[in-house]
Amino acid sequence: MKDWQEISKDVLAEALKEETDNPKIIVSVLGKDQVGIIAEITAVIASLGGNIIDINQTIFRELFSMNMVLDISKTPEPFSKFKEELEAKGKELGLMVLAQREDTFTKMHRV
Amino acid sequence: MRISPREILETIKMVELEHFDIRTVTMGISLRDCARPSIDALCEAIYEKIVTKAANLVSVANDIEKEFGIPIINKRISVTPIALLADSLEEDNLTKVAQTLDKAAKEVGVNFIGGFSALIEKGFTKGDRRLLNSIPEALASTERVCSSINVASTRAGINMDAVGLMGKVIKETALKTAQNDGIGCAKLVVFCNIPEDNPFMAGALHGVSEAETVINIGVSGPGVVRNAISSIPKKDFGVLAETIKRTAFKITRAGELIGREASRRLGVEFGIVDLSLAPTPAVGDSVAEILETMGIDRCGGPGTTAALALLNDAVKKGGAMASCYVGGLSGAFIPVSEDAGMVRAVEENVLTLQKLEAMTAVCSVGLDMIALPGDTEAATISGIIADEMAIGVINKKTTAVRAIPVPGKKAGDHVEFGGLLGSSPIMNVSQVSCQSFVDRGGRIPAPLQSLIN
Repeated sequence: MKDWQEISKDVLAEALKEETDNPKIIVSVLGKDQVGIIAEITAVIASLGGNIIDINQTIFRELFSMNMVLDISKTPEPFSKFKEELEAKGKELGLMVLAQREDTFTKMHRV
Repeated sequence: MRISPREILETIKMVELEHFDIRTVTMGISLRDCARPSIDALCEAIYEKIVTKAANLVSVANDIEKEFGIPIINKRISVTPIALLADSLEEDNLTKVAQTLDKAAKEVGVNFIGGFSALIEKGFTKGDRRLLNSIPEALASTERVCSSINVASTRAGINMDAVGLMGKVIKETALKTAQNDGIGCAKLVVFCNIPEDNPFMAGALHGVSEAETVINIGVSGPGVVRNAISSIPKKDFGVLAETIKRTAFKITRAGELIGREASRRLGVEFGIVDLSLAPTPAVGDSVAEILETMGIDRCGGPGTTAALALLNDAVKKGGAMASCYVGGLSGAFIPVSEDAGMVRAVEENVLTLQKLEAMTAVCSVGLDMIALPGDTEAATISGIIADEMAIGVINKKTTAVRAIPVPGKKAGDHVEFGGLLGSSPIMNVSQVSCQSFVDRGGRIPAPLQSLIN
């Protein structure tokens, strides 16, 4: 077996393993662009002990769009608490904020 | 690779802007162990079993809806056909059983419970007759109970005695619920080749070959399909079919995900995902509008049957790959009153009963939620049922009739059923009598399975 095969064997298996036991949370924020959206939303997440492991943000014309991947496995706060507080913050800012399990998207869009 | 922003936005758009939802999470519950000679003991056993098995159905579905962010519109229950429990009863009138089902449905918070049913495609037992005779009073004195009667199958042919009787039962049910425009009939379907795992009402029952309890899922999403099609206005049929398949795949995967999660949390076997595209009266959630987006100016015009056939087939092809277990009705629904596009086509006299009948030859549910003049003869309703059953028997598929002869209304009048049942103009029915045909009685024999032209 070549070197790269030897090394990648286990790493690839690990990387390709479906993360079923620790489902991640996707937070989506959509709305009219304004100053400080990321600061406000991430403050909520930090206060609950959520860990942001990926983030993507763009502006389509005036539409602010952000997706974040959260790991909440290391905080005692339940998913429902995150959902509640993030959605409340969204209302306050006049934005649509959704928190959903990542599998909703992976299952729908990936074979 | 993590999920892309584009994929996230697509799902959000489907749910927030295109009415995508899980139409129903339906728990099938076997009542076979509830049979008792005394009706009170039977009712007690049924009630206990349903409220025990389905105690957490609604709360679990609500939790899943929140976590996955996909609305679950209805939570429902299907049970073993009640006629099977009626043979050994010491009582003829089964209204009390229907009322028990209604009470249990209210207790656990489901909006419909299906299975006040009989399977009589070949013949009647004592219990079957008791059930049929009890239907009008049962549906008039309950809110959430649905009844389905299978009167034909490809292997047995058509039980014309049952077809004749159902014409009368439908009339009587309409009269017993006359103050609500015959709404009892909206909860009563006559089937050919009834599926045993259908999650959709009014035709859901928990078939005799099913497990003790099971979770079946019905998805929705006509709006999603229509929007996908509207983005490819001039592409050929290959591209059209491919686009529908891709969309159906995504919709069905969401159904599979929710179904698996519900079955895991409830500790109940996962049954099937039903691939049917189910419309609602909401604007933009219409199967008729999909056909119109394909290029037919108004649903019911020439080309409609072909468009529907393409849609139905492509939805199945895309959906079949998305779920391990596909079942139920799995075909496009074309309920008139529940689909704003259908209603508009009827109002404009483009969509007629005749065209609808042709359309049912290429999709799943048959003549569904059609409002007829109140003075339509029972024999005429039986004739309409017989025609529909023949289409199912010969084409080896499920078809059904859910017709409402609305008391006091005539063709062209309007009726409002409310909620998911929608509203509809009263359709025009041929005045030609088929009384002597229906009165012959007996069975139409099962068809050959070869020489199939």
